[in-house]
This record gives sequence, C-alpha cells and structure tokens, in this order.
Amino acid sequence: MWRLFKTIVSRDLLLAFRRRAEILMTLFFFVVVISLFPLGIGTDKQILLRIAPGVAWVAALLASMLLLERLFAADYLDGTLEQMLLTPQPLSVVVMAKVCAHWLLTGLPLVLISPLVALQYRLGDEQMISMMLSLLLGTPALSMIGAIGAALTLGLRGGGILLSLLILPLYIPALIYGAGAITASVVANAPEQAYYMLLGAFTVLSMALGPWAASAALRLALE
Amino acid sequence: MADMTDAVLQAEGLTCIRGDRCLFSGLSVSVRSGELLYLQGANGVGKTTLLRALCGLFHPDEGQISWNGRPIKAIGEEFFSRLLYIGHQSAIKLEFTPLENLRISCALDGLYPEDGVLWHVLERAGLRGFEDLPARMLSQGQKKRVGLARLFVNDALLWVLDEPFNGLDAGAVEMLQEVISRHVAKRGMVILTTHQEVPLASDGLRCLRLGE
Repeated sequence: MWRLFKTIVSRDLLLAFRRRAEILMTLFFFVVVISLFPLGIGTDKQILLRIAPGVAWVAALLASMLLLERLFAADYLDGTLEQMLLTPQPLSVVVMAKVCAHWLLTGLPLVLISPLVALQYRLGDEQMISMMLSLLLGTPALSMIGAIGAALTLGLRGGGILLSLLILPLYIPALIYGAGAITASVVANAPEQAYYMLLGAFTVLSMALGPWAASAALRLALE
Repeated sequence: MADMTDAVLQAEGLTCIRGDRCLFSGLSVSVRSGELLYLQGANGVGKTTLLRALCGLFHPDEGQISWNGRPIKAIGEEFFSRLLYIGHQSAIKLEFTPLENLRISCALDGLYPEDGVLWHVLERAGLRGFEDLPARMLSQGQKKRVGLARLFVNDALLWVLDEPFNGLDAGAVEMLQEVISRHVAKRGMVILTTHQEVPLASDGLRCLRLGE
C-alpha cells in the first residue's frame, strides 16, 4: 500500500518536473497577486499590516486552485485513471498520493515563498513565522478539499468555473482560521494557539473524510 | 499459479441503458478458466460498455456480475487483483519513457518487477532501442505495444482487452495472438473485443455477438 503511494507520488512529481512551467505558474500567480495590493492601496504600514494576513491567505486559496482542474483530468483523458480504479489497493490510497503530490507542488512552495510576502508587507519576524506555520497547517486541507471538487467536476464541460464555485466556499474555514492566526500574532498575548488548533483540526477532518469522498466521486465520474 | 485452477466470471440478466437507448437487456454470459470469450458486433452495440461492466468500472442498470459466485461489487479489490484490463485508451503518459510507463502500470497492478525484467519485457514487446525515449516520440503502434507489454508481466487470471489488435502491425498481431493463446492454455481467461477478423487458435474459444 505504502509502495503504491510512493510510486504515485514520485510519478506525479516527475510528471510535473517534465512540465515545469505549471509549478512555476502557481508560484508566480501567488507572488503577483500579493504584489498588486500594495501597488493599489499604497504603502501605509498600518494598512498593510492589517490586510497582509487576509491577502496572503486569499492569494493562497486562489493559487492552489490553479492546478486543481488538472489533478485528475490528464489521467482521465489517457485512461490511467481507469487503471487506478482497478488497482488491488483501496482507491483512497491513490487519492491520498495524488493529493500529497499536489500539495508538494503547490502548497509547499507557497509556504516557502511566504517570507517574501512578509517582506513586502513589512511584517515582523513573529508574523512571518506565524504566516508560514498557518500556511503549512492549512494548505494540505486546500489540496484535499480541492481533490473532492476536481473529482466531482471531472469530465464536465466548463468544469473549471464550477470547480471554483464548488470549492471556494469550502475553503472558508481555512481562510478564517489561517488569516486569524496571523492577525493574532500581531497583537501581543492574543490566543494565537487556538487558531492553529482549529486550522489543524480542519485539516485533519478533511484528510479523514476527503479521500473517501473523492474516491466515490471518481467512481461516479468514470461510469 | 496456485489458484489458476477454476474460477468463473458470471454475468446474469445484464441490462444497460445509455440515454434513451437500450444497449442490451437480459444479457447473460459466463467465462471459466481456460476459456476465451470473443465479443463481436458493430460499432456502438455496447461492446466496450459490457467490458467495462464486467470489470466493475460501470454498474449496469440491472443484473448481477459475480466472480466465483460472489458479486464483484462486494469483493472489490480482491477481484481487481485477479483482473487485468486494457482499455481503448493507452494509459500511457507521453512525457514518460516506455520503461517508466511500464513500471507505473505494473505498480498499479500491484507488481514491482526489477528493471532487468522490464527491459526484457519491452524487448519482447518489440520496443528494443525505444526503452528510453519519451513516449511522445513513438508511433501509435509503438505506444500500443507499450500498453500491451503489461501482458508479459502480469499473470492475472482474467484478462479483459478492448480492441487489443487495433493499430498493430502484422508482427505485433502475431505476438499478441501468441500471448493470448498461451494465457488461455495456462487456464487463464480472456475476454476481448475486436472488429477485425483475427484468427484466434484456442480450444476454449467462444463467441458472443452483440446487437443481434
């Protein structure tokens, strides 16, 4: 089971590596969206500090959606997905592996590049760390929930837009807790930890239910 | 293989409706070890649908499919471990080399052969010298061969092949015929469709014509 998981993760990473442009696209999208706000709003330190958490998280939500549509689509078109449905292992293993690869390609780079946001918005070290931590905790949930949406909209015409409409509302808890954690870190003695716990709980919950839901949706999509 | 002995895939009273059209109704068919079921019929009569139903990829509107007397829906993965399905689409990634493609499709079948074995298999499939080239550079027929190379590695009891002879040259057709008859002779079972007339010399050959 573990072996299949590893094979699929490394397969997806290798595939992405051979189509490098796509990974960079997510990253650049994130950076560009983040950079637009100070340009539009001005460089007042107080305002930037206020909006930084929200902007960073909204940009992360949108960026992580960019590649979602492709999560299962390529495998669906060339018939690999059919083979994945017929593996002697539970389909959830396949789904988890694909989600894991998606996170490594979209979530993790965002976490790593987020200090750049902190720099642009003149955040202190503490807020920078809390931004990285909240993204680290929350982005896996984004990939997982996104996978459910990608599975549900597989093979539909105009699936991309439907996918956004379906998934963005489900991202709201991550946005609230994630941005909340960063905001709380600005204020001394604020209950920052509570936000991390809620965000973590949200991620754990999505990991527990997501693979099952996405598998069911995939089986339906391939009928 | 220990349990290459006697197994039976049985479908009873299958009915399949796509849109407003009834593809087939009340269809019953069974395949046992050492048998080859040859599905024939014009385009659009539901050959692929029937194959997908027999694999458990598609749930027919009515009827039951069972493996050794147990419904395949209930045993799921246990049935999949006995099954090798090669569909219309090649399941080949153009970015990967034949070697990588074969390794991944084997992993999905639950097999992890060593690289030496994979090289040997690709050579048998007539892809010598192409093992390390991105599949994008291969011809249609060669891509098809990459997909079919799985047949040399996988000794699942039940092979379900959708149009395996499409786009193959004479040599490959012959190779495939040989692999299939060898599998049947080993008391495996094969279900395949084709609209070409390919002579399949085999004792357990049975034909089913759909759409008549």
